[in-house]
Amino acid sequence: MFGTGILKGMGVVLRHLLGSYADDLKYLGRKYYSSDPKHLLTRQGPKGKGAMTVMYPDEKMPVPEEFRFTPFLVYEEKGTEKDFRCTSCGICAKVCPPQCIWIERTNDPKTGRPVPQPREFHIDIDICMNCGFCAEFCPFDAIKMDHNYEMASYDRTVKHIMNKEALGKPLSYYASIRPRNFQREETIRAEEEAKKAAKAAAAAAKPAAAAKPAAEGGAAPAKPAAAPKPAAPKPAEGDKPAA
Amino acid sequence: MATAELSNLKLKAEDVKLHEAFPDAVSVETRKGYSGYTVKPKHLVEVATALRDRYNFKFLSAATPVHYLEQGQMEMVYHLYNLDAGGGAIVLHAQTSHDAPVLPSLTPIFPGADFQEREAWDLYGIKFTGHPNLRRILMWEGFHGHPMRKDWKEAYFEQDSKPYDTRWPGGQVHRVEDKNPFGNNVAYPDGFTLEGWSEESDRTMYDAMPVDGKGLTTEGMQTDYVTVNLGPQHPSTHGVLRLIVTLDGETIVKLDPVMGYLHRNHEKIGERNTFIQNIPFTDRLDYLTPMCNNHGYVMAVEKLMGAKVPERAEYLRVIMDEFTRVASHLWWIGFFLNDLGAFFTPALYMMTEREMILDVFEATAGSRMMVNYMRFGGVSRDLPPGALETLKELAFERLPRKIDEIEAYLTDNEIVRSRCIGVAALSAADAIGYSVSGPILRAAGVPYDIRKAEPYGIYDRFDFNIALGQTGDLFDRYKVRVFEARESVKILQQALTQLPEGEILSGKQQYQARVPAGEAYGRIESPKGELGFYTVSNGKPNPYRYHVRAPSFINLTSLGKACEGWKVADVVAILGSIDIVLGEVDR
Ligand code: SF4
Ligand code: SF4
Repeated sequence: MFGTGILKGMGVVLRHLLGSYADDLKYLGRKYYSSDPKHLLTRQGPKGKGAMTVMYPDEKMPVPEEFRFTPFLVYEEKGTEKDFRCTSCGICAKVCPPQCIWIERTNDPKTGRPVPQPREFHIDIDICMNCGFCAEFCPFDAIKMDHNYEMASYDRTVKHIMNKEALGKPLSYYASIRPRNFQREETIRAEEEAKKAAKAAAAAAKPAAAAKPAAEGGAAPAKPAAAPKPAAPKPAEGDKPAA
Repeated sequence: MATAELSNLKLKAEDVKLHEAFPDAVSVETRKGYSGYTVKPKHLVEVATALRDRYNFKFLSAATPVHYLEQGQMEMVYHLYNLDAGGGAIVLHAQTSHDAPVLPSLTPIFPGADFQEREAWDLYGIKFTGHPNLRRILMWEGFHGHPMRKDWKEAYFEQDSKPYDTRWPGGQVHRVEDKNPFGNNVAYPDGFTLEGWSEESDRTMYDAMPVDGKGLTTEGMQTDYVTVNLGPQHPSTHGVLRLIVTLDGETIVKLDPVMGYLHRNHEKIGERNTFIQNIPFTDRLDYLTPMCNNHGYVMAVEKLMGAKVPERAEYLRVIMDEFTRVASHLWWIGFFLNDLGAFFTPALYMMTEREMILDVFEATAGSRMMVNYMRFGGVSRDLPPGALETLKELAFERLPRKIDEIEAYLTDNEIVRSRCIGVAALSAADAIGYSVSGPILRAAGVPYDIRKAEPYGIYDRFDFNIALGQTGDLFDRYKVRVFEARESVKILQQALTQLPEGEILSGKQQYQARVPAGEAYGRIESPKGELGFYTVSNGKPNPYRYHVRAPSFINLTSLGKACEGWKVADVVAILGSIDIVLGEVDR
């Protein structure tokens, strides 16, 4: 009979409508249901039945750990000093697809060698495409993707080109937004530190034991001494593959 | 030439000895890393016709221009497939000088080459003799120059290839918009002044429409043809598209889509980028199917690199692709109903389900849509804790239930049926001729799915069926997509159960991948159709050529044909049934 298909369809709509009310009753009297973020996740998850809308900005969905927005620079707190992990190796600037990272490297006036700290670090977050490559390829865990997505401002010309100061966030912040990644990286760092320490100890023991001129063994520990913080070896300058 | 020989129906590409059949016209490609044949331009039409009629290679999938600056050459690369036999393509290369490039047009024998040749003219300046309507397609008429040529430089040109030297170690920040675009960076045609400029360029578009035809005559009253514009923008929220239609009363005489409003020269950007930098850019093509875009591109580059993909990564790729397919088809169903006039209730129901899938993408890849998930030789991240349970809940419980609900909701709906059944049926022969791929090709009754015909990754391990329609009308397109969503769920159930432990990425990722010289064409069955990436490497860190065979764009070629004779009110529905995403059409 003509119209039965439509009626059947309307039945589905009716079920949806009633379903959302039935679900709402569970949260009756609680403003925006947001007394507990778990409710949000249940309503939004695959077991959710009712309305799945979120009353942003009064209630906000918690973001998953891997969520990425714009990058920030990680620093370790040494008293009141900010000790940036970045060594200005330039890998992030080279891998960045829209080329929105500008890094100013300096040389030590005395030795003439590059200082493993960027003098200035800029990211134009209007151009940043949130791809996460910089964080993925940084060999020093010095740049990470942030969770903060509320960055709108009235003046993009000033606020949206962020400098080192504006980009810096403490290591503890990183640990709080990405606990699993942080744990994993710290374990690797600790292992590498231990390996390096063992190697240095072995190298130190060697020339004492045998009075051989340490041609190879002596050269190895000299290199990391130039860059005290990073665990991984510093990549060579002009680190471009043969074109 | 003789007509189709029966023994040739199931001929595979490797069994065709084209250079033996045409010793004067065709030679085997000898450049290192290249495959297929080189055809002398003056024999191109003859060879292509023979391939179509004698060897059953009826499907001209991609026609790709390449500019070899140092050799002073323009080249067209054609990929032809035998749909009955499956397997790989016959690749033809035809070369011409880049000073005044001219090649014969294949549009008269393969109508599906129409838009692609127009694109080659627009972006490379290759003239195709015999093309019925050789106008620009992505840039506007009156644009100066052909932007994809290697010697053409964009307005904010900084350097031929990334990474740019100013970023490190100097690092003096500047905003690109501060560079005055009206300086030396922009080229105008000779004698151009802003005062003297007028919208004359549109005239060529309207000139292509039948204006002098006589309208229908009813009882002594005679009407005229009217040419009107639908859009830009309206054709119903699918993005900025414009349709020029010539009407006879309410009936469509001719329809011509005008596109390019979202054009950003994706391929030029891609050739400035390094190989890896292109992965996040592919997310922005068809932004409803980013996982598939990633997959197609990394497959093409992996072919060049000879990279191995670990088992678990292959499974993760299939899982992500198939969830994307479900999400994309659901989204299509919702918005197709919008096009039919069911304002947003179905669309929001479908979005709810899609949202569940995107949540898992976000938890795994870091972003709902701009996933940037796959890498050369694997995927970037493993599933986070708890994600597998959510995915299983979706694949085994929720999605099958919801797809049933969709069918209960819509399939028997009398309004849907009367708007769709019998409308704009595209015959199998037309669909193949127009190089249409994906669900609309299958709706026309051609059982062709790349996952079966030329299985990539691990698709040969799964048990699933190809959806097939009979008439190619709108209702078949709807049913094919519902069926495909079900089959995807079936694949997902198998993949999620079999998912092995192990590595997700082979080797250490380099921030600049080393890609040996050569050409490669990687194609996958995206929810929209055949998504292919043609890549040429010359051994440098940047792709020498990066081309996207965009299914939405090429499927649009058939729109004019499908709309002929139907009413204005059907146009939006017919357009909707193709499932275009302008991010991919305009690139
Ligand atoms: S890759 Fe890391 S260490 Fe190197 S410049 Fe970038 S943030 Fe600094
Ligand atoms: S997230 Fe991507 S686009 Fe943004 S700064 Fe990092 S590499 Fe560049």
